[in-house]
Amino acid sequence: MYEFNYRRPESLAAAREILDGDDEAMLLAGGMTLLPTMKLRLARPSDLVDLAGIDELLGISDQESAIEIGAMVRHADVAASKTVRSSIPALAALAGMIGDAQVRNRGTLGGSIANSDPSADYPAAVLALNAVITTDRRQIAADDYFKGLFETALQPKEIVRSVRFPKPARAAYAKFPNPASRYAVVGVMVAETREGVRVAVTGAAPRAFRASALEAALNETFSADALDGLTIPSDDLMSDLHASAEYRACLVGVMAKRAVTNASG
Amino acid sequence: MTKVVSFILNGKQVRAEVECRTLLVEMLREHLRHTGTHVGCDTSQCGACVVHVDGRSVKSCTMLAVQAEASEVLTIEGVARNGKLHPMQEAFREYHGLQCGFCTPGMIMSALDLVRQNPDPDDRQIRAWLDGNLCRCTGYQNIVRAVKAGAGAMRTGRNGIRHV
Repeated sequence: MYEFNYRRPESLAAAREILDGDDEAMLLAGGMTLLPTMKLRLARPSDLVDLAGIDELLGISDQESAIEIGAMVRHADVAASKTVRSSIPALAALAGMIGDAQVRNRGTLGGSIANSDPSADYPAAVLALNAVITTDRRQIAADDYFKGLFETALQPKEIVRSVRFPKPARAAYAKFPNPASRYAVVGVMVAETREGVRVAVTGAAPRAFRASALEAALNETFSADALDGLTIPSDDLMSDLHASAEYRACLVGVMAKRAVTNASG
Repeated sequence: MTKVVSFILNGKQVRAEVECRTLLVEMLREHLRHTGTHVGCDTSQCGACVVHVDGRSVKSCTMLAVQAEASEVLTIEGVARNGKLHPMQEAFREYHGLQCGFCTPGMIMSALDLVRQNPDPDDRQIRAWLDGNLCRCTGYQNIVRAVKAGAGAMRTGRNGIRHV
């Protein structure tokens, strides 16, 4: 790891001030991706701005039609939250499937979606539930947020504050995990929302995306059978040593069916 | 850039001046000479470095020492009490939950976090929880048995010790 200076501001404003004064500073949330990246010397921040001391980024609140979760809330806390488990059980279940227990004890919602790893789990929930990301300066709709491989709509120095997840009528997440890393080879979240059925896919492409053909079929009939024979094109999907693009395309259909079945039950 | 980091380690206040980039496990092993916590992979895969920070299991190779400032850290050295092994340690010995023993400190610290949340875990829950702890000797059968027995002993207060 290259040398850096560690900072721990106690307010968003103080964090922002540090970022404004230093173009090479980076934000540290749970550190589950950034610290390994720094060990490999693939990142070289001058300053590491730890967000763990900022109370504004904590908390899970029930807002009748939605749940708002602070950016620094850890995966284990989302998985165990009574509020999340009762209102959006699929979201609690998804958080409980991320990485391993120790990763869930450190990793955060804000860190995950700011990083936007193509195989991370949370992006599927953000897209499927039609969430709204609140930053220190604006609100971003889920459909406008994920831009590309590790690329989001966030501007440099923009800080994720919280994510607001509207409560769906029903939803479920099905994941085919890489048995070693527990990242999603493919993960699909299906949600019946006020705007209709949304199907979001992670792990398959450089960024999380919605499968519109599957959504159309499920809007007709919300059942696993409605997805029979439907596939998504493999052209833009990822191929690596774990799975070919064609295999991932097949998994999208299989995981979508499992999710629909689980959501129906 | 160095900082003075202080926290409570196994019930005692400790402090050391470390570089900001020092990992928690490096501070424990190299500065505080608590070498019971091991470094297996250094990439947050293997779990040999699991310790508790403020009551939760974390991989100390993927946390900076400065992030542990003012917290309570529990390592394998702090688990036995008054010269008596903790029931979970005793169970690993009794059920032969180890061969070389390299992964054992992490296995035990991870298992204790499981039992804190779920005092009576079944085999499936134990296996799922130990996702982040790799053993290259035993094939896990005896580790799962040991965790189950350790959890049972903790429930009944055998050895006169109920909790960590």
